[in-house]
Amino acid sequence: MLTPERDQLAENITKWIDQYGGNRSALLPTLQEIQKRHGRVTEYAMQVVADKLSIHPVEVYGVITFYAFLDTKYKGRFIIRLCRTISCDMAGKSRVARQLENDLGIKFGESTADGRFTLEWANCLGLCDHGPALLVNSQVFTHVTPEKVHDIIESCRKAFGAHTLQKEEVHIA
Amino acid sequence: MSETYTAPLTFSKVKAGKGLEAALELDRAGVINEITASGLKGRGGAGFPTGVKWNLAAAAKDPVKYVVCNADEGEPGTFKDRVILTDHADLVFEGMTICAYAIGAKKGILYLRGEYTYLQDHIEGILRKRREAKLLGKNAGGKKGFEFNIEVRMGSGAYICGEETALIESLEGQRGEPRNRPPFPVNTGFLGHPTVPNNVETFAWAATIMSKGAEWFKKTGTDKSAGLKIFSVSGDCKQPGVYEFPLGITIKELLKAVGGLDAKAVQVGGASGSCVPAREFNRKIAFEDVATGGSIIVFGPQRDMLKVAENFMEFFHDESCGQCTPCREGNGKILEGIHMLQQGKCSMHYLRELCALGETMQLASKCGLGQTSPNAFLSIVKNFPDEIMGRAGAAQE
Repeated sequence: MLTPERDQLAENITKWIDQYGGNRSALLPTLQEIQKRHGRVTEYAMQVVADKLSIHPVEVYGVITFYAFLDTKYKGRFIIRLCRTISCDMAGKSRVARQLENDLGIKFGESTADGRFTLEWANCLGLCDHGPALLVNSQVFTHVTPEKVHDIIESCRKAFGAHTLQKEEVHIA
Repeated sequence: MSETYTAPLTFSKVKAGKGLEAALELDRAGVINEITASGLKGRGGAGFPTGVKWNLAAAAKDPVKYVVCNADEGEPGTFKDRVILTDHADLVFEGMTICAYAIGAKKGILYLRGEYTYLQDHIEGILRKRREAKLLGKNAGGKKGFEFNIEVRMGSGAYICGEETALIESLEGQRGEPRNRPPFPVNTGFLGHPTVPNNVETFAWAATIMSKGAEWFKKTGTDKSAGLKIFSVSGDCKQPGVYEFPLGITIKELLKAVGGLDAKAVQVGGASGSCVPAREFNRKIAFEDVATGGSIIVFGPQRDMLKVAENFMEFFHDESCGQCTPCREGNGKILEGIHMLQQGKCSMHYLRELCALGETMQLASKCGLGQTSPNAFLSIVKNFPDEIMGRAGAAQE
């Protein structure tokens, strides 16, 4: 039987909160699970989380907006985060950035109209010894050149099919 | 992802489990004495003596205590913890277990930064193996009555959560805003209970010290900065990567080892550290001279130091939690000033005001972020005045 999406979400939230201890400490891991499985944390999800933890939904909203990896709005299936911090900057991140913008047709902070890609800056990814580095969701790419940008995007496009709800779908040699 | 160049590390030569075995043979005070005697100081950068921290937590009267491993490695230029967690996670967990035994904690948490999500499965796998080997759980390590478990919690992309009280706030499900200290986590930490937060590397060294002895550890380093230290080296050098050197090494010696002798400056300690110009390369990397959590960024002769300062200030402006005014407003003002310098529109008078603002931030900010964020800008103004003043703006070039 198909359950409405909202019921499914509420059920999941209850499960996650219990799994992470059932108190306020469960908030961040629960929000991370919602983000991972549902792509964003909606107002409805915030309300459910708040009810389960007996806190005001504004508390939940406050936490979501504090952390860079939690979103209230939909982002692309693939979130590309290019490191902008010093070592990657010196290794030539600006040219990679320009190429990403050109190939995707969007600016940093935007998503493509088809909902596949979001382009963002990230602060130091801890890959300073092989910059420029970027993350596609949780997958790492190092020594990225403007030329390689196309391959990375193409491998995402290819993966955009039946298995897109799986956690890690991008693999490039 | 390409391999990180890693110089031979002492951690590779430590026999797994030996440190824990040795610790469990001693009583709790004995473990703390050994760590204190080694002179080990926090490897995250702040350099607080580890033995003292453990002793304070051990002395606190509370049946519930916590051990927290700070793996929220976010300082620009730092990646040693990523390598340690990839190659030597067992040793880190061993160190956490030793700490738990010493202070009387039953629960440990490893707070891993969200950017390292790809390491999570690997780390969970090692924890599973330790549980199966009965190194965690009830009667951990075969010691009757000693119970300890470790769980992994993920960060979500906030540099400030590397600050110990912000990290605890984050674990409690709050915005990662630092608390006032005191009270310190050792008596009022996670959920109000005594908590020892230590860096990944600190725990690995603690396990190594229990295995090889405090005397062995003290043989290297200086009087005030004992032992070896893991460095993350990046920037303009021949071989970036992870290195192990004794504390007290001069910047020049380090540059020689990594192939960066032509550098005009080195950023020691990441964005929040200090920018050391070539004429001071004889200075020592140690807690009593130039302190570092392990980040070394080499700037070659062609680098524009104002652009470096701009990059750092963009970072801090973005990562300030916004809680206290000096940091929230100050970082933005200094960044604005750097843009004026770049356009050649900054008077000497205003530059001095900016420097005074930086000094105010160092004094008045609530946590380490705001207290250290102006460091790089101030040292670049001091050391490279010729480079930043009277520049031709974009229009004139």
